Amino acid sequence: MSTKHGKKGDILLEMKDIRIDGFSDERWHKIIKGIDLTLHRGEVMGLIGESGAGKSTLGLASMGFTKPGCKITSGSVVFDGKDLVTASEDEKRSLWGTRIAYVAQSAAASFNPAHRLLNQTVEASLNQNLQSRDLAEADARDLYKQLQLPEPENIGDRYPHQVSGGQLQRMMTAMAMSPRPDLIIFDEPTTALDVTTQVEVLVAMRSIVEKFNTAALYITHDLAVVAQMADVIKVLRYGKEVEEADTRKMLKSPKEEYTKSLWSVRALEKAEAPSDDIILSINNVDAAYNGSLKVLHDVNIKIPRGRTVAVVGESGSGKSTTARVITGLLPPMVGNVEFNDGALPAELKDRTKDQLQRIQMIYQSADTAMNPRQTIAEIIGRPLEFYHGLSGLQKQERILELLKMIELDESFYDRFPSELSGGQKQRVCIARALAADPEIIICDEVTSALDQIVQEGILKLLLNLQKEYNITYLFITHDIAVVNAISDEIVVMYQGAVIEQGLKSEIMSPPHPEYTQLLLNSVPEMDPDWLTKLVKSR
Amino acid sequence: MHPILGTIIQRLLLGLVTLFFVSLIIFSSVEFLPGDFTQAILGQAATEDTVAAFRAELGLDKPAYIRYFDWIGAVAQGDLGYSFSGRSASGVDRSRAVVDLVAPRLGNTLFLAGMAAIVSVPLALVLGITAALYRNSFYDRSVNAVTLTTISFPEFFLAYLLILFFASLWPVFPSLANVNAETELIDRIYKCILPALTLTLVIVAHMMRMTRAAIINLLASPYIEMSQLKGLSKAKVIMRHALPNAWAPIATVIAFNLAYLVVGVVVVEVVFVYPGIGQLMVDAVTTRDIPVVQACALIFATTYILLNLTADIIGIVTNPRLLHPR
Amino acid sequence: MTDTPQAYSAAAEIGQIRERRTWIQIAKIELKKAPYSAWFGLIVIAIYLFVAIFAPLLAPHGEAEIFPASFAPWGGDFVFGTDQIGRDIFSRLIYGARNTIGIALATTLLSFAIGGSLGLIAAISGGWLDQLLSRFVDVLMAIPGLIFALMLLTIFGSSILSLIMIIAVLDSTRVFRLTRSVSVSVVVMDYVEAAKLRGEKLGWIMRREILPNIMPPLIAEFGLRFSFVFLTIAALSFLGLGIQPPTADWGSMVRDNASMIQFAKYDLTAALTPMIPAGAIALLTVAVNFVVDWFLHITSGLNDEH
Repeated sequence: MSTKHGKKGDILLEMKDIRIDGFSDERWHKIIKGIDLTLHRGEVMGLIGESGAGKSTLGLASMGFTKPGCKITSGSVVFDGKDLVTASEDEKRSLWGTRIAYVAQSAAASFNPAHRLLNQTVEASLNQNLQSRDLAEADARDLYKQLQLPEPENIGDRYPHQVSGGQLQRMMTAMAMSPRPDLIIFDEPTTALDVTTQVEVLVAMRSIVEKFNTAALYITHDLAVVAQMADVIKVLRYGKEVEEADTRKMLKSPKEEYTKSLWSVRALEKAEAPSDDIILSINNVDAAYNGSLKVLHDVNIKIPRGRTVAVVGESGSGKSTTARVITGLLPPMVGNVEFNDGALPAELKDRTKDQLQRIQMIYQSADTAMNPRQTIAEIIGRPLEFYHGLSGLQKQERILELLKMIELDESFYDRFPSELSGGQKQRVCIARALAADPEIIICDEVTSALDQIVQEGILKLLLNLQKEYNITYLFITHDIAVVNAISDEIVVMYQGAVIEQGLKSEIMSPPHPEYTQLLLNSVPEMDPDWLTKLVKSR
Repeated sequence: MHPILGTIIQRLLLGLVTLFFVSLIIFSSVEFLPGDFTQAILGQAATEDTVAAFRAELGLDKPAYIRYFDWIGAVAQGDLGYSFSGRSASGVDRSRAVVDLVAPRLGNTLFLAGMAAIVSVPLALVLGITAALYRNSFYDRSVNAVTLTTISFPEFFLAYLLILFFASLWPVFPSLANVNAETELIDRIYKCILPALTLTLVIVAHMMRMTRAAIINLLASPYIEMSQLKGLSKAKVIMRHALPNAWAPIATVIAFNLAYLVVGVVVVEVVFVYPGIGQLMVDAVTTRDIPVVQACALIFATTYILLNLTADIIGIVTNPRLLHPR
Repeated sequence: MTDTPQAYSAAAEIGQIRERRTWIQIAKIELKKAPYSAWFGLIVIAIYLFVAIFAPLLAPHGEAEIFPASFAPWGGDFVFGTDQIGRDIFSRLIYGARNTIGIALATTLLSFAIGGSLGLIAAISGGWLDQLLSRFVDVLMAIPGLIFALMLLTIFGSSILSLIMIIAVLDSTRVFRLTRSVSVSVVVMDYVEAAKLRGEKLGWIMRREILPNIMPPLIAEFGLRFSFVFLTIAALSFLGLGIQPPTADWGSMVRDNASMIQFAKYDLTAALTPMIPAGAIALLTVAVNFVVDWFLHITSGLNDEH
């Protein structure tokens, strides 16, 4: 079967001065402000940018599609000689699913729960009568095999909720590939996956795109990922293009300041400093929710004063549960938590105000960590009032001081959280923790919801605060780059148990226990050959 | 055994438990009556003997829990007891069996409710689904405005408006729906048109709005967007991807509104003097005829519980996650 | 303005800025953008409230004053004529506003006091108390409200007090469910956990962290519940089981004058007499619904329904 309509190197997709508006808050906003894009047959272009850059909107626009509430105001999207902006719905539909396919971020939500996977895989092919059902299904099983799905002959008979997230994502690639499209739009396809799962999906996607010589737009915020997947990278910001270049060239010598800044968080690295002055230790802790399945098994962690201990692990490793045990939200079944040489009461309600004040917590999502109905001054002011009895002018001045410490000016004093950006919100959460005057702060994935540049700012702030006030951090994260940037010591957790704990230099250098090895190997590097080497080394 | 059967059985048992508690509540209503209510019913002239006989008939000399089981056992066999009316101080008992009062009227009520349901369910679904598909269009906005107004109207206002226009100013339909056992079907339908229309107006408004909300919610799912991006036509998107997931929300909407119909029927029957169970209950409340009130309440509550149970079970059997467990 | 130099600080200045955007300001801004339907609703509600409050001053005759002319026609001394025993319909309409709205309002407030506080307690405490309350409410809700009300009225009799109590208790089940579900979604928020970790008392958390965040849906629900309670009481009165004479009330006025509709062909005004109180009920519910719709729109922003 041949659906190739031209040869490699021809222009497949050409977008000219595309502009898209979106409707929210009762008015139209410009989302895409004039972008040109040229994609050749068989070429993979990475669209990279932070949240609000308009990369997903642009990706959908390359199909001539806009989400409800958005509209293309001007420009052209010429796919294989046809302008999709002016094309009729019928004309677009004849291309969608067959010549242009889409792979969404959330596979779990994008598969119809009511139909078997195989039926959904071949649906687009059958819809346009490209081939008979038997042939299409046989081909789909073959694709499953190439994508290394387990039981390729039978997995298609399952329903979406019956397979795992990583499998579902590969399944969606198979669905997109079934009619052998000329172009596939990958919209952050691995963002929701754990690193070790991500690698498998990346390998599968890349090999199949290469095999069928399919052109692709690969949308992501992760540089290292895009470096593996794309021939060309286009950097977007605020709905405009920053720069475009071949992947290797872009990685080696980015031209624009903005692009360089995207790289910089990876370069951040704290010089480790060993210490034996233990401020908090978790001793032989077992824990379970509601007395059911045990989620922590004999966890031992020692945290030295004034240092950062990073707890690394994938979802389900028990790292957040460990934080809940320390804070007293989840009393352990066995074991205890010692703080400054004294055992902490297991239950939150038995702890003294003094103990509570010394251990503070910062959350992953600053959005849900701040009461949307309180002003910044109220949010930061409450611990001052509660722990230190400050009020009136004294409190106000201390709030302004804290705002200065987190590098925000006093105009933030009376704002509401909704008026702040993601990074600013996280800074306010840091200020709230600082307001208590703590000895240790538990940081639960505090940077993972943030864009790279913002992450860097937050990490630097935390480092400075540590230097100045000798604060101890327990830093929970799944991101190895962040671990490098902030930690002195590392704890690796897997399925509720500690695999190892030690100085950063020790943990990061071989020999590794098996899981650590897998974890470290799975973290994409900025080297465009990383994935290729990894596959070869297997 | 398929695990879905377990879920259904569990749900049925839960329904039974609910029914048990509801019957308990309805039964205990008698307990709150003042102690001398037997005297009040029989009249001041009642002798001690007649009062005692009456109390014995009601079983007031027995403990409450025994009376409950006597009562519920009788109810299960179709015996709803005897009405309080028709009793006299002299001890002459002309009271009628509650079943004989309720049965023919229950038929009438079901006829009226059925008539309204047959018209309103399809109408509301069509209106709701089309409004959702053509969201924010002029059609959607006008249907919305009209239904928002209609649901704000008390049933009797709608009923009298209809009477004013179609029975009084332009007399094409009767304003009294006085049917009896001998009324022919055609005549029965003709007499029921205005009450059925009133109910339809109320139900359609509620149901259309709920259907619209449910469908809009469904259409916002990422898999619907995905099916559009696969190049499927609008009709295929709806038929193949939206519909299979729509049964549960639609069943809930229908059950909720039919339950609403059950209540709406009370006022409408009174307005049109229709001999249904709602009318009977209102009369019984006025005369404080407890056995009849209890019987009516039990019937209404059972219908209500059964409707919701049906919707739940439809939701269970159409849920792919339950149909095809891991 | 007499600022002493000592009291001046950046914070104080910022404090003034904050002063400038109180909720009154926000309300003014939103009102400017409000659609016609919302304005219509607000004006209608204002008029009803005015009439209800100043009823004795506005009504030309007494609430239960009986004149020799029964079923008097419209016009003259009696704007809308008199009823079957010779009471001025116009005056009774005005007093009816006070009674009907007042009773519905009292009922709704009581229902929120019961359902709201229990819902909040269930959401925060969780565990067996939550289970117990929720299951109890499930059972109560398994009996249709109007039917349950009829049954209870049989037992307790139709006094205004029992009417308020019965409807409030029955209606509080719905308030309970809503309060519980919105509170549960707030209780799981990190900022509530942060307050717990800080060591805050339960009362403080309820007052400062949870209540402000559940208020918008509860206020909207208050409007909807009020309409519902108002309609239920009207329906009961119409059935002759709600507010009892001689207290003027719209539902029973419809009932008392309903028979006049059949004279529409001969005297349209007579036929309209029962329609006026019915229309008055409908108009207020429409107005409240319009305002609630608008309120939901501005507080939820995107949400389309509910």
